[in-house]
Formats: sequence, structure tokens, C-alpha cells
Amino acid sequence: MYALEIKGFTKTFGTLVANDNISLTLDKGEVLAILGENGAGKTTLMRGIYGMEVPDSGEMVLSGERVSIRFPKDAIRHGIGMVHQHFMLINNFTVAENLVLGMTEYTGQLLDRKTINQKINAFFEQYHFDVPADAKVKDLPVGLQQRVEIMKVLFRGAQILVLDEPTAVLTPQETQELFHIIRRLQSEGKSIIFISHKLDEVKAISQRILVLRLGRVSGVVNTSEADENRMARMMIGRELHTEEKPHQSADLIRRRVLKVEHLIIKNEKTIAVKGIDFTIFSNEILGVAGVDGNGQKELAEGIAGLCRVESGSILLNGRQIAGKSVKEIRRSKVAHIPEDRRATGLVLGFSISDNCILSQHDCPPFAKGILIDKKTVRRFARQCIEDYRIMAASEAETAACLSGGNQQKLIVARELAGDPELLVAMKPTRGLDVGAVEYIHSCLLEQRSKGAAVLLISSELEELMQLSDRIMVMHNGEITGIVYPEQVTAEEIGLMMAGQKRPEPVLVPKQGVIA
Amino acid sequence: MNNLLTWATLLPLLQATIRMAAPYTFAAIGGIYSDKAGVSSIELEGLLLIGAFAGFVTVYFTQNLLLGVLAAALAGMLLSAIYAYMVVFLGSKAALIGTAVMLLAGGITSFYYRSIFGVSVEYPSIVPFRNVPVPLLSKIPFIGDIFFRQNLLVYLGYILVVVTWFFFSKTALGLQCRAMGENPFAADTLGLPVRKYRFINVLVTGLIAGISGAYLSLAASGSFVENMSSEKGYAAFAIIILGKYSPVGAFLGCLLFGFADAFQLNLQALGFNVPYQFMLMLPYLFTLIVMFVSGSGNQPEGHGKFFRKGAQIL
Repeated sequence: MYALEIKGFTKTFGTLVANDNISLTLDKGEVLAILGENGAGKTTLMRGIYGMEVPDSGEMVLSGERVSIRFPKDAIRHGIGMVHQHFMLINNFTVAENLVLGMTEYTGQLLDRKTINQKINAFFEQYHFDVPADAKVKDLPVGLQQRVEIMKVLFRGAQILVLDEPTAVLTPQETQELFHIIRRLQSEGKSIIFISHKLDEVKAISQRILVLRLGRVSGVVNTSEADENRMARMMIGRELHTEEKPHQSADLIRRRVLKVEHLIIKNEKTIAVKGIDFTIFSNEILGVAGVDGNGQKELAEGIAGLCRVESGSILLNGRQIAGKSVKEIRRSKVAHIPEDRRATGLVLGFSISDNCILSQHDCPPFAKGILIDKKTVRRFARQCIEDYRIMAASEAETAACLSGGNQQKLIVARELAGDPELLVAMKPTRGLDVGAVEYIHSCLLEQRSKGAAVLLISSELEELMQLSDRIMVMHNGEITGIVYPEQVTAEEIGLMMAGQKRPEPVLVPKQGVIA
Repeated sequence: MNNLLTWATLLPLLQATIRMAAPYTFAAIGGIYSDKAGVSSIELEGLLLIGAFAGFVTVYFTQNLLLGVLAAALAGMLLSAIYAYMVVFLGSKAALIGTAVMLLAGGITSFYYRSIFGVSVEYPSIVPFRNVPVPLLSKIPFIGDIFFRQNLLVYLGYILVVVTWFFFSKTALGLQCRAMGENPFAADTLGLPVRKYRFINVLVTGLIAGISGAYLSLAASGSFVENMSSEKGYAAFAIIILGKYSPVGAFLGCLLFGFADAFQLNLQALGFNVPYQFMLMLPYLFTLIVMFVSGSGNQPEGHGKFFRKGAQIL
């Protein structure tokens, strides 16, 4: 008998089939991983199990008994708990308040906070969870907030836990701690559904892997027999191949596209960029490594014109762009892929076609006088959707409807449309699945081949090593080294990220002739 | 100018402050029930007006003040049900429906007032609530004179402040209501019916704000005048923000506004050589300044967010 069995689960949104006849089984005490790209239907399936979506068809069997779950309260009653990707916590409430919310049978109508806090603390002790019950959720770091979510689910007596992309927000250390908790829960006989798009994590924690692709089950395998290439093929429908940067010939003529001198940028709190100098040449990707919050964001935004440059100069092909408006900077062929695609990159409520022409909306061919030429815009948007393989029902759909990977592709499509001379890319692959990452990488490399200068800021060292011609390391607003990736190890870069300066920065790319 | 500061002139001013603060108190305390549950309380103005009218008409024909208060509360609740349905269930914009509710209340009350009482020079009137000193409490020096020699509705206002504070900070139900305002999506995942809670909270707002209207016609004046709520509902909307969404904070804000009203009246009585229209402007000027300086600190995080089942969080 299975702890949970799902038969023929189907859910459609308009014309989009999010889940197509999905069946799965979950044993008691098992960790089942659900692997799939963004938009493969993982979250929809889980929301269905938890009663947040009602499926069009399909049935659920819990420990041999057929159940109908139409609301979250049904799921809770049947011992199903869900830890959502976007935490479902109330930031202004205390940890204890979040746990007991809605459980009047436990608390009574009058809240005796002292007793409740004691009981909750005692409950936490069972799980070696050391957070005071009277702490406000908003004061906790993300890793602990997730633990509160898990505790909330356990407190409601869940026997089946659904974890929706739990590692997306965690550091590697926190991920290890989470795995520790999952193994513990497993040893207590709880069954766990672990959703992810990261192959290595799935291999580390699960017993079986169910792979979803385009809303369908494309395979179920035992983790011990899983091999990465096969998994990737099931997930993205083809072999995964890492992009290698094409070789450049020694007689390639390079121009200085971006020359930054003595750049100083302040943020609200401190001086974020402390007088740095560097140059990016044409046909070059300059990677920027560093722990988050060491001035990378300000550097990117300073170049893009989004934050004020205190002093120093930013020369684009010899022309000063520091202090110019964003519009002027963008018109001089600078493209910018911002860090937060939802907040900064797109207007989520706008259609795909409107997002495609943002900042180009007032010049030809999209504008005719004061009017926007809708026909041209639509044609352009359809071209973007096709060229960049954006999965969307139509160009009239809002950007909010797209999955993360497709939102990012939309931004890339817009930014690369004008053949930029300088591309500033801030963590362009953050939170994306393997297929999308690979695609974004190939776009960046294509820009490099076309002659653009690319400033690539990333927190994934592997990505920087793979794509960059040179890597510049930032620490505390200063440059601690510029190196060729072939000549350093990850450990050496780690030391520079921690603040150790490396003498003799390499100032030009390896191949090519400087014009 | 010196005589401004003697007890003999100060006492009436402070007593008037309490008296004038009462309608704000009902309105603001009522509004807090909506706001805490995440629904804007911009509809207060209309609720006050309909309450004032319903209360007055009922007392005019029955001579029963308590029945009048009851009728006012009921009228406020009925009108707020329209607002709640549009905003909570249909997801209409609160500011839009709030304005519509105000205009509707203005139209209904003016129309029925004229059709019942006709248009005449003399205002029909009723005997309003009298001042009833509270035994013992009214004997406390200063405090007793200021706070406890008032009419019954003022005392009801005090009680509501305490009850509301207790409800939201000490009861499980209050915590659940606040959850609707903070993060309706989280409340939904815990199996709580978000829209039902929000709807009922707005009805409570209507009930209490209706009494605020009753205060205007049954305690403050004894007659009904068209548009007599004179933007007190909007002021209460601002007071809630000023009081950082806490019942006690809002009550303090109400005292401040009551003082502005009382001060304005007393200045006129004291014969200052300022055009009275200018004085009348004070409370409104005050509202603007308050909105300007207080910002929206402590606003529930999910305030004004429409909740619909299956909606993705953007």
C-alpha cells in the first residue's frame, strides 16, 4: 500500500496543459524527487495535491483510501503538508503565532502567549530546532524561515511533506542542513516529495526520481541507477552539453569598448565601489566574481545609469557616459540584464509584446510619430518568441504568466535585439533550470563572437570559469585581482573573494591585437 | 489672550475635545476592523452619513434613542455589505467603490430627508443624548470632569477602543483576522476562508461606523443636515494611518482631531479676528498634514491585496 497514489492527474489553464495525465506513487518513508525544468508542471502538480488548484480530472488515494482534496484544509486534515517555494509565512507575526494560526482547537479562543511559546519551544526541541518562539519571522534569515515553514507543517501533524524547490533560496551549507532534516523526518516514517531542477541535489537526497517534461511524466527511475546524462535527456528532451567558448585567433583586432577609471559609487549605507579601474575589449567577456554585496550590483547599475556615479569616468568607445540618463546610455548601445527579472527586468502586468519594446517604444520602427505601430510590435514580439524559444501561448499574454526561464529569455531577447556594443549581465542565470542556463550561456557567447564587450557578474564560479576571457574579483568595493580563468583554481579565486589581493592584474585578453 | 490658559476656559475646551473626538473614535475604530483584515476603510464617509440619517429618522418617529443607534448601526452594515461584496469578492478598486458608496449615501439621505420632512426653514429636531456623569469616576479631579461627564455614546466609544484592542491582540480570532491583512495567501494555505473573514470584518466596520453617524445626529446636534458627516469619515481614514493601525493609537489620533475641532469652535467663540471660514478649514488642513508626515508605517503587508483562489503571487 502506498502512502500516496495519484492517478491520471490533469490540469489545464486556458489552452495551456500544465499537467497531462500524471500518475505517481509515494511509499511510506520515501523521498521521491520530482525533477523538471521551470514550467514543466511541478508546482501545479503540488498545488493540486495540496488543494490549492482543483484538477480537471484524476484521483488521489491516501493509504489505500480514495480522497477528494479541494481546499488546503482538506489536505491538512489528511496529513499532507506543503512548504511553498515562496514562503507562506506572516512576517509581522512571531514564530509561534505563525505555527498556531487557525488552530483554535489547540490554543482556545484566548491566546495565552506565554504558555503557547513554551509549548512551541518544547516542540522545537524534539527537532533540535533552536529558534525562540517569540521571534518575529521577518527578523529571521531565509534559511530559518524555511525551517519555520517545515515546523509549521509538522506541527499540523503532516505525514506527507511536499517541499517545493526548497533549496532555491539556500546557501550550500543551509542545503546540507536541510538534507539532514529530511533524512531525520524520513527515519520517522514520514514521506517526502522533493521538487527540484538540480540534478546533483536530487541524486543526493532521494530514493526515486520522477521526471516531468512539458506537463507529462517522462520517466521514473531509482536514484541509485540514475545517470546524469539520461536524467538530463528526460528533463530537457536532449543531451545536455556545456557550451565551450569558441577559440579566438591571435590576429583578432580588439577595441577598448568600456574603460572605467577611478569609479566611485555610493549606496545608502556606504561607499560601494571604491575607485576601480578596468577595461573591457570587444569580443570579450569579463567575468566579475565576488560574494554578494561587495559592490558588483552598484557597478552594474552605475554603468547602466541606474544609480548615481559619485566620481570617476565611464567611457564607452571613448565617450563619457557617467552621469548620462538611462535613456541616453541605452541609446548608445548599452544593454543591461538586471538582477531581479520580476522587479526590474519586466513589467509583469504588460504583455510580452509590450515588454519586448520597452525603452525602444518611442523610436522607429515601433513608433510612428506619437503612435505605436502595434502591427510591427506584434511581428517583432512573435519573432522574439520564435528566435529565443520562449514558451508562451501568444505574444498578448502577460509577462507574469511566463515561467522564470521564459521571463529571462524575454529580457535577453529585448536586450540583445539592438546588437549592443556593451552588455552588462547581472546574474543572468540565477534560479534557472539547466536547459535555460545553457541557452543563456550560448546567447552570451554569441554576443562575444559578434564583437560585443560583455560584463558578466555572477555568483556561480563555475559559470564564470566556463565563459569568461578574464575574471575580475571584487571585494569590499575594490578589485582584488584580474586573472585568466585557465591559470587559476577555484580556491585561488575564493581567496581573492575573501579579500586577498593578487598582484599584477592581467589588463588585456589573451588573444588578439589591441587597436 | 491670557484668559485662554485658565481652568475656566480650558475645561470647556477639553470637554469639547472629548465630545468632538467621539465620532472620529467610532469611525476610526470601525475602520480598523477592515484595515486589519486587509481591506481599505476608504468607505467610512458614506457609512457615517447613512448612519446619521437612519438614526435620526428612527428617533424622530419612535423617540427612542437606543433604537436610533441600532438603526444607524444596521444601516451602516447594509451599506458596507455592498462595498465589501464589490471589493472582497469582485476585486474592484477600494477607492472607486468607496467614493461610489459615499455618493450613494449622499443621494439616498438627501432624497429621503426631503421626501419625509419636506423643505422648510425650520429643521425638524429630536431630543439628543444628555450628559450622564459616571458614578465615582466623575468625582476624580480634572480627569472626571473631562472624561466622565459626557453622554452614553462617548462611554461606548471608550469601551469599543478597549474591546477592539483586546480582540486583535489577545484572541485567536483576532489573530486570524490580522492574518488576512498580513498575508491572505498564507492564511489560505492554512485552510482559513479569506474572503469570508474579510467580508465579515467590513460588516463590523459598517456597524461601528454607523454608530459614528448616529453620534452626529443623535448626540452632537439632535437634527440631521445634508452631508453632515462633513468628511469626518475621510479624517478617520487618515487617523487610522496616523495611529499606525492600532486601536489605542487611533484613539489618541481621534483626541487630536477632537481638539482641533474644539479649538476651532472656541476660537470663534473667543472672538478672534479671523474669518470663521478659515477656522473651519483647520481640521481638513490638519488631515492633510497628518497624511503628509505620518506615511503608512505598520500597514499590514497584504493591505489592499485582492485575494482569489488559485491566484499566483506576483
